[in-house]
Amino acid sequence: MTDRSPVLELQSVVGGYGRMTILNGCSFAVARGAITTVIGPNGAGKSTCFKAIFGLLAVREGRILLEGQDVRGASPAALIARGVTYVPQGRNLFTELSVRENLELGGVALGSAAAMRPLVEAALDRFPILRQKARDQASTLSGGQQKLLEIARGLIAEPRLILIDEPSIGLSPLMVKEVFATLTGLRDQGVSILMVEQNARSALAISDHAIVLESGRTRLAGTAQEILNDPRVARLFLGGDAGDAA
Amino acid sequence: MSHARHAAVLGAALAALVLAGLVSFALQPYGIYLLSLWAVYTIAATGLNLTLGYAGQVSLAQAAFVGIGAYTTALLMPHGVPFGVSLMLGALGCFVLGLGLGFPALRVQGHYLAFVTLALTTLAFLVMRNETWLTGGIGGISNIRRPAGFASGRGYEFLCLGVLACVTLLAWWLLRSPWGRAFMALRENPMRAASLGVDVRAYTLLAFAIGAALGGVAGALYAPLVQYIEPSPFSLDFSLALLLMVVVGGSGLFLGPFLGALVAVLLPEWLRFLQDYYLVIYAALVIVLLALCPEGLIGLAERHLFRRKGRA
Repeated sequence: MTDRSPVLELQSVVGGYGRMTILNGCSFAVARGAITTVIGPNGAGKSTCFKAIFGLLAVREGRILLEGQDVRGASPAALIARGVTYVPQGRNLFTELSVRENLELGGVALGSAAAMRPLVEAALDRFPILRQKARDQASTLSGGQQKLLEIARGLIAEPRLILIDEPSIGLSPLMVKEVFATLTGLRDQGVSILMVEQNARSALAISDHAIVLESGRTRLAGTAQEILNDPRVARLFLGGDAGDAA
Repeated sequence: MSHARHAAVLGAALAALVLAGLVSFALQPYGIYLLSLWAVYTIAATGLNLTLGYAGQVSLAQAAFVGIGAYTTALLMPHGVPFGVSLMLGALGCFVLGLGLGFPALRVQGHYLAFVTLALTTLAFLVMRNETWLTGGIGGISNIRRPAGFASGRGYEFLCLGVLACVTLLAWWLLRSPWGRAFMALRENPMRAASLGVDVRAYTLLAFAIGAALGGVAGALYAPLVQYIEPSPFSLDFSLALLLMVVVGGSGLFLGPFLGALVAVLLPEWLRFLQDYYLVIYAALVIVLLALCPEGLIGLAERHLFRRKGRA
């Protein structure tokens, strides 16, 4: 029987930087084996929300349930061990290191070189372009290849849930297509994906569910199609009428 | 770096040690002493290379750890403690102290961290100089005996080279392990490292502690080598000299400390005829080197090697 319980659930999460509160009681659930996209205006708290989930930001109130268990305050290493991977916004590679070394960094939390090696090989098998360039410095890759390398590095820890922040930023439309195809491929293999994306229309097109954040609170949640067709969302975030989205 | 290149680097390091052992048969006692000193400096610089070159944590405290290792050996051996045990105790003491030194690095970085570590060097120097009841003060400790079986110059050189070989293998294994990868991630970007599950706090402390422990090992070998210690070799000047060895050889490059220490040991001998002008020339050479090749001598060699391979 398929497990329909959410893989991740945020309940009234409050948090921010220092005294500044960014998340004001954020609540939503992330469906298992699906792509869920978070959209919202700048400053809505989308990236902050990811940092809070991944233990990079102190949460003052609320609960973060990973497969039913509260992981609020858990370290990134503990979350990786429990099957969560975070691919932050922007370029997050170690550009002076080689492609292979960057992949190996994805397995640091595993704590064993022997355990890491076959996973690195599997990642290189999954992304042949990275195998071709395994010895090259990461800085020599194109923007899209760098993002694929980040995703591949995130997969080293064999995650069940990937948090990916703005995967399309700075990429050509062709590379965005490739990155999104990779994400849908992972979803089809049962990996749950929670994505923040400014390129909302394209992201919703590949998503199963969507959440609209505003001022650190969840304004709307539903299937991607519902959100895409919502006239308020279309007007505010998608740059046109709902009809345009179809 | 590919597996083959990693293996080649380790092979080059071990070949240098074998060569140093063979060369000693053709050398006078002073030459053998210099090779032993090179091995000791290389161990201390390898420790600093782990802390600074690989983990990106600035430290001017390495001389203090070498001093603590040296005094531990000099104080314990006359009481019947075997050399190996006093070496381990010196390294362990430095490891614990290095952990303590790592805590400020969790809050301050760069120049500020350099000042914190400088304070430790100054503090250790003052203890060595002023706590006469323990360290002999400026009179130092003399007649430090070498361990049984290694009393001769060549015998002790082989012991130094043997310990350096063990340190080389340990450092190589460490840097190839996930720990080494975590150190590099820490150096490149602590926030990114954290997003990969690197415990930034634990690895920062470990980077200091392991580097400090190797400083302690170097000190433990240094005391019986010179057979007389007093505080001045462990002052800030020596910390800066070790920093130069790492930078001149190639910071963050495995073979950097080997070459940097060789330059530090041999250059004063080659430039001896310049007398007091030696340091001026040394400083000028370092400035030119770092201006032309910030990656140090090993970086320069790698650059030329790849250029030639590229042409081929």
